[in-house]
Amino acid sequence: MTELMPAEGVFSLMWLLIALPLAGAAVLLFGGRRTNTWGPYLAILTVGSSAVIGILMLLGMMQNSPEQRSIGQTLFTWVFVGDFSADMAFQLDQLSIVFVLLITVVGTLIHIYSLGYMAHDHDKRKFFGYLNLFVAAMLLLVLANNYLLLYVGWEGVGLASYLLISFWQIKPSAAAAGKKAFIINRVGDVGLSLAIMLMFVTFGSVGFQDVFGVAGQASEGTLTAIGLLLLLAACGKSAQFPLQAWLLDAMEGPTPVSALIHAATMVTAGVYLIVRSNVIFTAAEWAAIAVIVVGMITIWMGAIIGSAKDDIKKSLAGSTMSQIGYMIMAAGLGPIGYVFAIFHLLMHGVFKAGLFLGAGSVMHGMNDNVNMRRYGALRPLMLITSTTFIICYLAIIGIPPFDGFFSKDDIIHASFERSPIIGVLAMLAAGLTGFYMTRMVAMTFFGKARWEDDVHPHESPKVMTIPLIILAIGATFGGLSLVYWGNIETWLEPVTGIETIELAVPAWVFELTTLVLVIIGAVIGWMTYARREVPVEAPRGSWLTRAARKDLYGDAVNDVLVVQPTFYASRWLVWFDNKGVDGFVNGSAAFIGGLSGRMRRYQTGFVRSYALSMVGGAVLVVLALVLVRAS
Amino acid sequence: MNPSNYVILSAVLFSIGAVGVLVRRNAIVVFMSVELMLNAANLAFVAFARMNGNLDGQVVAFFVMVVAAAEVVVGLAIIVTIFRTRRSASIDEPNLLKF
Repeated sequence: MTELMPAEGVFSLMWLLIALPLAGAAVLLFGGRRTNTWGPYLAILTVGSSAVIGILMLLGMMQNSPEQRSIGQTLFTWVFVGDFSADMAFQLDQLSIVFVLLITVVGTLIHIYSLGYMAHDHDKRKFFGYLNLFVAAMLLLVLANNYLLLYVGWEGVGLASYLLISFWQIKPSAAAAGKKAFIINRVGDVGLSLAIMLMFVTFGSVGFQDVFGVAGQASEGTLTAIGLLLLLAACGKSAQFPLQAWLLDAMEGPTPVSALIHAATMVTAGVYLIVRSNVIFTAAEWAAIAVIVVGMITIWMGAIIGSAKDDIKKSLAGSTMSQIGYMIMAAGLGPIGYVFAIFHLLMHGVFKAGLFLGAGSVMHGMNDNVNMRRYGALRPLMLITSTTFIICYLAIIGIPPFDGFFSKDDIIHASFERSPIIGVLAMLAAGLTGFYMTRMVAMTFFGKARWEDDVHPHESPKVMTIPLIILAIGATFGGLSLVYWGNIETWLEPVTGIETIELAVPAWVFELTTLVLVIIGAVIGWMTYARREVPVEAPRGSWLTRAARKDLYGDAVNDVLVVQPTFYASRWLVWFDNKGVDGFVNGSAAFIGGLSGRMRRYQTGFVRSYALSMVGGAVLVVLALVLVRAS
Repeated sequence: MNPSNYVILSAVLFSIGAVGVLVRRNAIVVFMSVELMLNAANLAFVAFARMNGNLDGQVVAFFVMVVAAAEVVVGLAIIVTIFRTRRSASIDEPNLLKF
């Protein structure tokens, strides 16, 4: 574990990264209607300034030698109880800076985009306030230098996610979706809090440096328990199996929110958590295997759901689940995978934000209709949107030289090193990605127009298309530059460690096979959805399609396993309370009451009967005395 | 004369008094029975004092007489008041203080 350098020069501004968006959120949310006119611009300014500081820090970091790139800044002692202490302290290293840049740069672009997307919403100010709050919380999550502070950021992004999913809370479905996301996230949060408690009990500290320094001394059972609890937390936040059900409903939120929170940044917090805790997962083999299994299940679930949904945002949400599944799986592969998980996360953050914003731009021109069966032939009318969307599409399915090609192929390559079964499954899922993404592009931009009558599709304003163009440029050159210009593997190596892949088969074989599978998937998608007529009403479909339209029965499973048992348990508890607890209390009261009612009959009012009882008592006492004396 | 005879007499008198309290309805007679019981107790005290050869029992007998005198004053006053209001000295009739 490398020692943290003191924060000097530009790094002394580290706290400002978080403070700026937080201040923006405070001004917008507490300032009220007075900030309506200039509030959104202030929000963009604060996030933009954070992005500039982040870029300056990256440049500053690149001038240091690799051993001196971890920088710590302690603001004050936050919690101090007995032996335990947690500081309000930040740690900026090669891993954090990647996230800081992703959050602030993509965040800034999405803020700018929202200016156009939310132009006519009368609660625009509140929306920007929440977005700022989210950016601040997410930065706190990735900059914290101990698990307790990370937990604060973790909850903060959960809160912002809840507020933004149910932003249009006038719609019951949006309000319900927000609650669903929040409640399912609680399950994961319990895992994180238990993991923190277990760390405190085992290591006596929750700081990254302390925990990772002594993690090797703990028993493997303890480390496995911590690892599984952290995995549970990651599953909740990153919508991984079995806590995946909330992400599809989270699409009720405004599209920029889906892009920023539910595609690019917040849902990747689980990957960050696992990679940050890599020391624990490297030492606990079974926890790492669980990570791979969870990731693999989610890759397939997400891809199958993405292939069947007609709602463009839900289809993208399925794709997000699937891609995060790739990252989680890569993070379970060990040192060989951590780097690729973060690489894919970064690339995914760019192209998926581009895809969501593109979908938002399409919806903007289609009266907010999300049904892809009502799209079609939009390419000539939305040139910029469709071009950027197609670039991001090529990136996600992994066509060279777009960025998904580099990151996804690395993951597939690394998974073959672990086991051929994992590798083949990951490779086939890449083919499925090619299918569902082609389906989406074909249904939206090509084929015949199936618009509703009063729809007049049009290109979105510049404030929305310019972020799209920037993201598309990022999706084009991001992968290339991070492989050939600034190598991300050597950059992250001091934090995550690295292992070279040693396989008998050369890398290009895997790359070519994956590419062929992707193209097969894409051709099938094209033949089915661009060449043939797409019915406006969804056909019944195979059993798999029907299952996927119902989110692969995710809600049904939750209903049977959790919701109904909870209902039964509460009904039983109510019954027990009424009949058991209340019955006992009321019963004893009635018993005493009835007994006294009978006893008072002895109060006859006749003096002589009282006298008789006194005599009787006296006789009894005398008899007792006699008996005692006699014996 | 054997002092235990006095104790037996005292017990007989006490029992007569107790039965009188229980079986008679006229308040005055009940009252007299109570007096009989008190005096039976006095007799027992004096007898025991004689048997033990000290004055403790006799002293207690005086106390009992004082208490009995006070009791007669209060008790007769109550009986007279009840008789004035109800025109009867029966102790079964005033039975309102009950459930």
